[in-house]
Amino acid sequence: MASAPPLSPDAARSNLRTGALAFAGALAMLGLGYASVPLYRLFCQVTGFGGTTMIASESKARAAAAAATGQKISIRFDATTAMGMPWTFHPSQATDTVTIGERDIATYVARNDSNQPVTGVATFNVTPEQAGKYFNKIQCFCFTEQTLQPGQEVTMPVLYFVDPAMLDDPNMKGVEQITLSYTFHRAEEPLAAAPSATK
Amino acid sequence: MATTAEGFDIHHDHGHDAHDHADHKPGFFARWFMSTNHKDIGTMYLIFAIIAGIVGGAISGIMRVELAEPGIQYLQWWAQFMGGGNDLNTALHMWNVFITAHGLIMVFFMVMPAMIGGFGNWFVPLMIGAPDMAFPRMNNVSFWLTVAGFFSLLFSLFVPGGTGPGAGTGWTVYAPLSTSGSKGPAVDFAIFSLHLAGAGSILGATNFITTIFNMRAPGMTLHKMPLFVWSVLVTAFLLLLALPVLAAAITMLLTDRNFGTTFFDPAGGGDPVLYQHLFWFFGHPEVYIMILPGFGMISQIVATFSRKPVFGYLGMAYAMVAIGVVGFIVWAHHMYTVGLDVNTKMYFTAATMVIAVPTGVKIFSWIATMWGGSLQFKSPMVWSLGFIFLFTVGGVTGVVLANGGIDDNLHDTYYVVAHFHYVLSMGAVFSMFAGFYYWFPKMSGRMHSELLSHLHFWTFFVGVNVIFFPQHFLGMNGMPRRYPDYAEAFHFWHQISTYGYYIMAGSMVFFFVNILYALAAGKKAEANPWGEGATTLEWTLPSPPPYHQFETLPVITDAHDYHDHRPATA
Repeated sequence: MASAPPLSPDAARSNLRTGALAFAGALAMLGLGYASVPLYRLFCQVTGFGGTTMIASESKARAAAAAATGQKISIRFDATTAMGMPWTFHPSQATDTVTIGERDIATYVARNDSNQPVTGVATFNVTPEQAGKYFNKIQCFCFTEQTLQPGQEVTMPVLYFVDPAMLDDPNMKGVEQITLSYTFHRAEEPLAAAPSATK
Repeated sequence: MATTAEGFDIHHDHGHDAHDHADHKPGFFARWFMSTNHKDIGTMYLIFAIIAGIVGGAISGIMRVELAEPGIQYLQWWAQFMGGGNDLNTALHMWNVFITAHGLIMVFFMVMPAMIGGFGNWFVPLMIGAPDMAFPRMNNVSFWLTVAGFFSLLFSLFVPGGTGPGAGTGWTVYAPLSTSGSKGPAVDFAIFSLHLAGAGSILGATNFITTIFNMRAPGMTLHKMPLFVWSVLVTAFLLLLALPVLAAAITMLLTDRNFGTTFFDPAGGGDPVLYQHLFWFFGHPEVYIMILPGFGMISQIVATFSRKPVFGYLGMAYAMVAIGVVGFIVWAHHMYTVGLDVNTKMYFTAATMVIAVPTGVKIFSWIATMWGGSLQFKSPMVWSLGFIFLFTVGGVTGVVLANGGIDDNLHDTYYVVAHFHYVLSMGAVFSMFAGFYYWFPKMSGRMHSELLSHLHFWTFFVGVNVIFFPQHFLGMNGMPRRYPDYAEAFHFWHQISTYGYYIMAGSMVFFFVNILYALAAGKKAEANPWGEGATTLEWTLPSPPPYHQFETLPVITDAHDYHDHRPATA
């Protein structure tokens, strides 16, 4: 085939170098695309983005209780099941009024309506979304997978507190109620390398 | 510099004179199927884009005809025609397939191949005084990957995709509709088509960057490059940085669909909103990929037909760079309704509006170029003027939509459809027709009919405005996009919009007749048919240019500026 006049070796080498650099740039962006998955998860956990709730230690819970000013806030509880999840799932109480900073316990009730054991995993968030970083869970049924036998009904607790720091956040001004929401999904079976339920 | 014969070229003719070395062409198969010549590959890209444009345009016709009346008229027939069932669900799925195919075809297989593959391949080497692209064989690979991608997408129409044949996910391929919501291989084929087209574009971008950085003629500094070359350079960088992110996102979709991963499935700890972030991190630069080469073409054309250097050359070049950079940090304005908090929306609103500044620099510089110029209203110029006007209209509605608060109301309505068709099917498409009429004599060696080009312009101009202007009204009144049926109240403007489609479709007759006329009976084009305003290097070559050009590299001296690259003797 009649091809263009051949390049000088220097020019060809220089072209290869530039082309390789450009291609490396594309590969780096491909890597960044995948890196975004853990980065996004980390970003949500750190900032409470999208209403991601926080996980609190005992010491943090005690510090929050010490900072409590006695102001109260209403918590609404919400429960949903994903498509294909044969459970009945509802909160034991629709709302609860708690003192900001003090820990409280809420319970949810789940019943397996199918005739086989079903393992579920719950996803969760709170609205308004800016409340995510102030909503701390000390213990939660959503931290682990739950398996229910056919017809079995269980009461599942969540131990939580609302961080008094929310009182200093202008974005939380006017927030009188935080809604805590759970959705139960059927866990993938077999449970090989089940990912954590956090966002 | 002799041509080199290779083993597979059985047509190679050794008995030619020295003077037609430059114009010696290989045989048909080797020339068009193993092509390494940037002009041949550019021609193939343009023909491919025209074919894909006919397919994508025909699909939009099917949609406009269906939308002319409320209720479902023809979808069931189409569903059966495509091999699906006769029920309403399949018909509605068919609608989703049409919107998906129209979007993907127009974006990946019409605008991108025409702008970058077609005009970019043809004119970047010519304008910088290079003999060819840096990697001619890779150039060929890029083209055939794009063709393979197109076939993969077409093939997806004939395999099951959930409630009927074809991929009905929209061009955005959002999870979970594209994962658990679409069983069957159609979506896999659609995703694979994006992989192929994306790989082709990444290779092409690498090629353009290398060509522009390393192969400029002696003396052609970056700041003396024509603006079209600048626009392709910025576009190539956008492609290089944005497409791999799409590749990552849709590969995650594929593994979510087929291999049990849960990147976008909350049941396994994933998040479907992450897909939207990744998609729009690609998708927003993608809209600039589709318009920046158009900006470059308009700059060349307006300067040529004003017979003046373009106003504010450096501002024009760096405005494109600025648009490219800022284009990467505004993606979430496509996702105002996923539940962003008010501060995030505020940032994305402000950042989005900032893009209006460099864009305004460009619009005003085009106007200032014309100011005091000796204007000639030849066909490329009228298309450019149409571009400037209509792109500005689309830009204004873009500033409206940039507001997070207003978008809550207009999100996913026909207002958005009207906006992006003003910037794409009028902005990008008008610039492509402008570029086509500008360079057709150079590419083919034949003059097209100015009368037919002007008729094409005016009928197309009226047609697309009648299609899309009423869609603003529909959107403001709450007509959602992506629905085949609507309330009686929307009937009037939908019907007008469909009339507009007929006018637009009719105008394309002028275009095709014009090409046939020019190829069959057009006057032979001179090296420079546009006169003293056309000062870039491609006009110093005969029309069409020899098969190999610039065997002796042109030298750009200090006396040349960014505007005039002609040899001193010319």
